[in-house]
Amino acid sequence: MSVIEANLEVPAGVTLPIYMDNHATSPLDPRVLEAMIPFFTEKFGNAASRNHSFGWEAEQAVETAREQIAKLIGATAKEIIFTSGATESNNLAIKGIAEMYKERGNHIITQVTEHKAVLDTCKRLEKYGYRITYLPVKADGLIDIEDLKRAMDDKTILVSIMFANNEIGVIQPIAEIGKLCHEKGVIFHTDAVQAVGKIPVDVNSMNIDVLSLSGHKIYGPKGVGALYVRRRNPRVQISAQIDGGGHERGMRSGTLNVPGIVGLGAACEIAGQEMAVEAARLTEMRDHLRRKLESALDYVEINGNMEHHLPGNLNASFVYVEGESLLMGINDVAVSSGSACTSATLEPSYVLKALGLGDDVAHSSIRFGLGRFNTMAEVDYVGDKVIGIVSKLRELSPLYEMVKEGIDLSKIEWAAH
Amino acid sequence: MAYSDKVIDHYNNPRNVGQMDKSSDTVGTGLVGAPECGDVMRLQIRVNPETQVIEEAKFKTFGCGSAIASSSLATEWVKGKTVAEALEIKNTDIVKELALPPVKIHCSVLAEDAIRAAIGDWKKKNGVTETEQVAVAAH
Repeated sequence: MSVIEANLEVPAGVTLPIYMDNHATSPLDPRVLEAMIPFFTEKFGNAASRNHSFGWEAEQAVETAREQIAKLIGATAKEIIFTSGATESNNLAIKGIAEMYKERGNHIITQVTEHKAVLDTCKRLEKYGYRITYLPVKADGLIDIEDLKRAMDDKTILVSIMFANNEIGVIQPIAEIGKLCHEKGVIFHTDAVQAVGKIPVDVNSMNIDVLSLSGHKIYGPKGVGALYVRRRNPRVQISAQIDGGGHERGMRSGTLNVPGIVGLGAACEIAGQEMAVEAARLTEMRDHLRRKLESALDYVEINGNMEHHLPGNLNASFVYVEGESLLMGINDVAVSSGSACTSATLEPSYVLKALGLGDDVAHSSIRFGLGRFNTMAEVDYVGDKVIGIVSKLRELSPLYEMVKEGIDLSKIEWAAH
Repeated sequence: MAYSDKVIDHYNNPRNVGQMDKSSDTVGTGLVGAPECGDVMRLQIRVNPETQVIEEAKFKTFGCGSAIASSSLATEWVKGKTVAEALEIKNTDIVKELALPPVKIHCSVLAEDAIRAAIGDWKKKNGVTETEQVAVAAH
């Protein structure tokens, strides 16, 4: 008996493997690469060299990139600090603010589905005597603004809430959070790695004080990111976490990664120009994929609020099928699973668990991350492939069989191991 | 994660998938694992009451590729063995045969548990105790 053979014809114009994991990283846009190349070779100067043309040329390129990034988020160029990526940006923002404002208070508010770069930074600060509130999320993945209001006290110095979630794609009520923070005089930081370049971000209308962004999520290079730090209304100060030559207004020492910065700038400029068209195209493909899966399969659960949602994200649980076995069957498609089996911990995704999903449903989840270079033909192929494999694995699934026979799985005494 | 060729083979062509009548006296059913742990195996055996030889085995598994392969292999191995012989199958034999990495050893443990649970169910139905079993030389 050959159960798992969902061999599909590969349609014209589709090349395997298909990359559909754009929340993890994205391919470099060829236009970005083109902008970067001269800065590896003939334009190799140190942007901090003030006394010759090599340095001036590099500095000019860095300042152009600063303008390009600032424009995308409604900031001014002087408010952009270059870093090695969003993990560093998040560390610098949270630790730098905690240190700078420790006389004012020791309380920081964040939420449970943040990236580990935020959660683990907060955990470290707890060891140094800071008090951290981890807000819960509702079943749709969004925080309750009333919870945030209640958590604030006179010792609160910082609120750090991500713009859009990397697993389930939900967009938090950033403008409301920003407004509340400004009313209370609390600094508002947002990890906007998944949002910048994908959806409109405006630091002024949204009252964002500090914002982390990354190059490689927006078709730019890896190893470069930025931190926006507000200079007016209010002026936010950050204690440096890396000491040295006093680069980046003393907030982040270290010779600037000029080619990377040029690439990040170019990526931001392209994203700004193409955002509207690209978001509409990704939304159409995402919705098509969702409809296709839901019309062919039963017990498909879509995770996260779909109204406040990133265009390219779809997180679905194929209940009664385990995620890793599903990935194994679609090994010519790169997607991610919330299943524990892909990690050494055997714990399923903490983000999905925070939504209140049972471990069994979390184990069954797949994250599709559509991006700039995906096509509708690829979406159709991936959809057909997933439908084929899920159907075959359900023939193998004792749980699916039992549910179909009308057995209530929650009434069974499972021997947990 | 890289899978061994044998795991991939069992995943692509699982052996003995299906279900037998669990109310039948000659059928033993083992259901082990838990959905929240990410794997559930159901292994069934049909035992010849005269010879105590397992003549048929079926499985269904919710779990990763290694869990599917472990249970598929278990059905292959128990078929044709007596109940006593089948009880001697160890999870370490499965680990070796499928070249499972350390993080997947629990899949083989679950498959061994499933064999034991199915045999236990059959024994219970048939009032078989350990001493009544047909003595068989170790293999």
